[in-house]
Amino acid sequence: MERTTVLGRLTWRVGQVVKTKAETARAKSLVLEFPDWPGHRAGQHVDIRLTAEDGYQAVRSYSIASPPDDRQVTVTIERLEYGEVSPYLVDEIQAGDPLEVRGPIGGYFVWETALGGPLFLVGGGSGIVPLMAMIQHRVARANDARIRLLYSARSLEDVIYRTELEGLAKRSGIEVIYTYTRSQPPGWTGYQRRIDQAMLGEVALAREEHPLIYICGPTPLAEGASNGLVALGYEPARIRIERFGPSGR
Amino acid sequence: MGSDERRLDGNAVGGLLGEIFPLDMTMANIRCAGCNAVEPIGAETVYMDAPGMVIRCMHCGNVLLTVVRGEGHYWLEMRGATWLQMAAPSSPGESTYDGT
Repeated sequence: MERTTVLGRLTWRVGQVVKTKAETARAKSLVLEFPDWPGHRAGQHVDIRLTAEDGYQAVRSYSIASPPDDRQVTVTIERLEYGEVSPYLVDEIQAGDPLEVRGPIGGYFVWETALGGPLFLVGGGSGIVPLMAMIQHRVARANDARIRLLYSARSLEDVIYRTELEGLAKRSGIEVIYTYTRSQPPGWTGYQRRIDQAMLGEVALAREEHPLIYICGPTPLAEGASNGLVALGYEPARIRIERFGPSGR
Repeated sequence: MGSDERRLDGNAVGGLLGEIFPLDMTMANIRCAGCNAVEPIGAETVYMDAPGMVIRCMHCGNVLLTVVRGEGHYWLEMRGATWLQMAAPSSPGESTYDGT
């Protein structure tokens, strides 16, 4: 069992956006710098707070995409059309702007090299974000844990970190399997449906390897994948899930 | 929207509980008074859009912990939980029993 460390109560700190990067038509990464960032672990998230001129505040949680090995903190945000927070973060905020952040948060949906591998990661949509931190952490530490990722996206254009994942697959042996649920690129012969038990039975690392499994995505995907893996005989105690709600988590 | 889609997990309450407790509460174990299952809060199911925040047992659905912030106070109702177990910070010379 991992031990918790005393963090002190969480308080808000002001960071600065130093760079933005469009990941897809709906998702953007914000690179943040803080004068006093305490460091984070792969899989953790932050809360971001926006305050309107009339004092109204809205708080949403976003996963950290960057590994603990980076000095800067990157979050990737997907725009929800009727969201209170994400449209501002995706469409309005610019390099140089301040941002109020609380974190890092969470010790449960976390991977570090001491936990070992192999890792089977399942991501749906922006659920790839905390998994990316885990992948990059493993690569940055030159750890030899095998990683296989099953990534469900609406289409090729909706794949976040597409170029990075290609590079990681080539250079670092990260195995990536995609399923495109709404539209597929020409000539696509891979999966083109939502993740189901049959798919998991085909792509999950073998039970005998006792993989550590991290699943992140919208609630139906996360719970469906988790239930499917348990039905296939994977150990519930080695499955960790993080659900995304309609308000951005 | 149905309750199935609104269901989150204990990872989502790390921020709010972190305002109250000086420890990472997603790794705190909580015992259900209904079915006696013990799980870390991070694994339990959570509803954020009820009045307040509601943590339910992932196994039996029993309400374990409700947190409401209002009138200048935090209110924690936890009649559905037998206990909460948090890893104590280790200090020199202390035995390090961690419950496992």
